Amino acid sequence: MSVFDGLKFRKVYSPIHNLDPRMKFIYVIIIFAVAIIFNTIIPLLTLFLMQVPFVMLARVQKQWLRSLRGAMFLASFIFFINIATNFFTQGYTLNAKNIEDAATMTTRFLVLVESFSVFFLTTSPDHLGLALEQTKVPYEFSFAFTTAVRFVPVLAEEAQTIMDAQKARGLELEKGNFLKRIRNYVPVLIPLIVSAIRRSLELAEAMEARAWGATKKRTNLYALKFNKGDYVLLALTTGVLIVAVYTVLYVPVPTIRALLGVP
Amino acid sequence: MIVVEDVRFSYPGGVEALKGVSLTVKNGEFVAIMGQNGAGKTTLVKHFNGLLKPTSGVVRVNGVETSRSSVAALARNVGFVFQNPDHQLFCETVDDEIAFALKNFGYEQTVIEKRITWAVNLLGLSQYRKTSPFMLSGGERKRVALASVLAWDPQILVLDEPTIGQDHRQKENLRQFIMQLQTQGKTIVMVTHDVEFVAECNPRVVLMREGKIMADGQGKQILTNSELLEQASIVLPQVAQIFKHLITQGFPLNIIDIYEAKNLLMEKLEKNKT
Ligand SMILES: Nc1ncnc2c1ncn2[C@@H]1O[C@H](COP(=O)(O)OP(=O)(O)O)[C@@H](O)[C@H]1O
Ligand SMILES: [Mg+2]
Repeated sequence: MSVFDGLKFRKVYSPIHNLDPRMKFIYVIIIFAVAIIFNTIIPLLTLFLMQVPFVMLARVQKQWLRSLRGAMFLASFIFFINIATNFFTQGYTLNAKNIEDAATMTTRFLVLVESFSVFFLTTSPDHLGLALEQTKVPYEFSFAFTTAVRFVPVLAEEAQTIMDAQKARGLELEKGNFLKRIRNYVPVLIPLIVSAIRRSLELAEAMEARAWGATKKRTNLYALKFNKGDYVLLALTTGVLIVAVYTVLYVPVPTIRALLGVP
Repeated sequence: MIVVEDVRFSYPGGVEALKGVSLTVKNGEFVAIMGQNGAGKTTLVKHFNGLLKPTSGVVRVNGVETSRSSVAALARNVGFVFQNPDHQLFCETVDDEIAFALKNFGYEQTVIEKRITWAVNLLGLSQYRKTSPFMLSGGERKRVALASVLAWDPQILVLDEPTIGQDHRQKENLRQFIMQLQTQGKTIVMVTHDVEFVAECNPRVVLMREGKIMADGQGKQILTNSELLEQASIVLPQVAQIFKHLITQGFPLNIIDIYEAKNLLMEKLEKNKT
C-alpha cells in the first residue's frame, strides 16, 4: 500500500499544485525522455537531484519519500537482475562496470518514479480530468479515468476493512506455503470485487439520474489556462532537454569508475 | 473479561484516534458504546480482538495481553460482527459461509455440521442453507454474517453498528436475540448511535467523544442527562424527551423505557379520574 500512499493526492496550496496539469505532464514526458537518452550514472543522478527542489517547493517531501521507499523493493530487484544478467552473459565475472551499469538502470527507474510521484502528488483528479477533456479526449474516457483514480484510495480502504473482517473470523493471511497464501486472499478479493461492481452500478444509475450524456457538448465551470508559472516550467524543462541533447551529442560524460580510476 | 488500561492509539496516517481510554467490561455484561461519528468507537472495539494493538497502554482479554497474541487466537473468545455484511460474505452458499470460520479454527467436519445447523436455526436461516448469500436481502445477509460469527460460540460478542439499515421489526428481533444471548451469560459490546435502540435495551452505556470516554453508567442515567448527551451530539430518546416536559407534573426524569412510561402515565390518569 505504501506505493499508493506515495501517489495519493492531498490538498495543499503550493506553486506546483497550481500549475496546469498539461504542463506538468509535459514535464514528466521530458524527464522520461532525458532519463532514457542518458545511459551513464552521473547525468541520471543529476536529473534525480535536480527534481528535489521541485518536491520541496510543492511541500510533499514526506509522501514523496514514502513513494520512493515503496519503490525500493522493485529498485533492488532491478539492480540485482541487472547484475545477474551481466554476470551470466559476460563470462562470469563481476567487475566495477557491471555494478555501475546496474546502478545506472536503478537510478533511471528511480528518476521515473520520482517524476511520476511528483505529478500525482500535486495534481488533483479533478484537474487531471479537466486537462484530458480540454485536450479533446472523449468525455467518456476522461470520466472513466478520473473515476478510476478517485476510487483507488476508497478501494484500498475497503480492502483493509474486508481483511479485518475476515481476520476476525480466523483467517490467517500469512499462513501456509506460497500457493496457500495466494488462496488465502480469495475471501478478501471476492467481497472487494462484488462491492466494486455493486458500487459501479449504483454510480451509473446516479449519473443517469443526473442526465449524464444528455448532450454531446458539455460546458465546464472551470477552464484551465497557462499562467506565468507554467511558462517558467516550460522554459526550464525545454532548457533541460536542450542541454541534455547537447551533452549526449557533444560532451563526453565520464563514468564514476573512470573518475576513480578502476577498470 | 476485557480490561483496557490507559490506551492511546494513532493511525499510521497520524490521527490520534484514542487519547487515553480505560475501561473494564466484566463477563456477562452488556455494554453499548455510543458517541458521534469519528469519536473512536470502532477503533476502541478493534482492540478487543487484536485487529489493532495499542500504541501505548494495555488491553487484556481474559488475562491475555492482546499485543502478545494473534487475531486468530483472540478471535476464538471474541466474536466480532462488522457493520457491513458485504465486507465478509464470499462463499457460494450460506452453509459454506458459516463453515468458513469453523474451518479456520480447525473444527472436525461432524462438529462443523452440528454448529451450522445450530446457527441457522438460531437465526431463522434454515430455508436458505444452500442459497448464495448474495441472493439474500440486506437484513438476511446481516443475519448470515451474525450466524457465521455465533457459530463458534465466542464468549464475548462485539457488534459494530448492528442496527444500521435494519427496519423496525428486524431491530426488535435483534434486541430479543441480544437479550437471549445475555441470559446465556455472554458478554456483549455493541457500538451504535441508535439512541432509541439503546433506550429499549437499557444496557450499561459508555459515551465517547474525541478519543476519550466522557461518561460511563447505566443507560437510564446517561440517556436522560441532556447536557451530557448534547456534548456527545446525541439527542435524548423520545420517551426521555416527553418526561423532560412532564417534570412539572411531578413525574420522575429518568425514564427511557416505554413500558415504564406507560405504567406511570396510566397510574396518573387513573388518579385523575377519581
Ligand atoms: N484506517 C484509518 N486510517 C486513519 N485514520 C482513521 C482510520 N480509521 C479511522 N480513522 C480516524 O480515527 C478517528 C476515529 O474513527 P472511528 O474509530 O472509526 O470512529 P467511530 O467508529 O466512532 O465513528 C476518526 O477521526 C477517523 O477519521
Ligand atoms: Mg465506526
